[in-house]
Amino acid sequence: MKAIVNVFLKAGVLDSQGKAVHHALDSLHFNGVEDVRVGKQIVLKLNESDKEKAMADVTKMCEELLANTVIEDYTIELV
Amino acid sequence: MKVSILQFPGTNCEYDTQYAFKKLGATTQIVWHRSESIPSDTDLLVVAGGFSYGDYLRSGAIAKFSPVMKAVASYAQKGGKVLGICNGFQVLTEARLLPGALKRNEGLHFISKHHHLRVENNDNLFLKKLNNGDVVNIPIAHHDGNYYINEEGLRELEENGQILLRYTDENGEIKNPNGSVESIAGVCNKEKNVFGLMPHPERAMEEVLGSADGVAMLQGFLES
Repeated sequence: MKAIVNVFLKAGVLDSQGKAVHHALDSLHFNGVEDVRVGKQIVLKLNESDKEKAMADVTKMCEELLANTVIEDYTIELV
Repeated sequence: MKVSILQFPGTNCEYDTQYAFKKLGATTQIVWHRSESIPSDTDLLVVAGGFSYGDYLRSGAIAKFSPVMKAVASYAQKGGKVLGICNGFQVLTEARLLPGALKRNEGLHFISKHHHLRVENNDNLFLKKLNNGDVVNIPIAHHDGNYYINEEGLRELEENGQILLRYTDENGEIKNPNGSVESIAGVCNKEKNVFGLMPHPERAMEEVLGSADGVAMLQGFLES
């Protein structure tokens, strides 16, 4: 099983990289973009087959290391 | 006075820090991050600047799991004086020994230059040698120095007098180099025995370096 973790700055925390990319897209005349957020994706290959257990484990990983919950939110997708 | 200076893989300011405190007459010791304790007679524990673990994932995120960090937390809980400079500040916020977090600089550039700071509060274990409102010239060198804390946290910092330094110009007027909330350059914990700052006072020890304002600051760390 794989866990796909996406980490983004929380809503309300200024995302400078997102802003820079948005600005660059504007410069290229892609005018239909309302907002850009840049985050990171972390893909974990797990040897766990129980989905519930895997979700609990990865949540713990996010809380302890993969995200800094002072400034970041995370989502977990199991595939 | 005995100063213990933590060294992680990637730390690169430990010897500058050692030089600075030695110059002020302190006994110093570098402590490798795998050590499970810190020297028992340590008067000041410094988490030095640099790039612990190459800043992989986030600045300071991996260093917080080094064996020595449990000893740091227990030393701080017992009231020991802990100082984090630059990456050390990032490590202390990641370890939740200080509130808030450090984000990428707003302009996305690495900034390395002399900058002025204003002393906001000297009622703590660190800045007693300086007066409130004093402006000092201390270099900054960071990519992730954009201090962030939410509104509630900011209010608490203000109420408790935990904001110790702000970025200013030479006249003490706010001048924010990196987007930091309220132009904050350094904060302490509620108990006022753990202090973190992004600027590098250990790089301002002699006029030939562009400023000797680090001397009074580091003396305060030793004596107060």
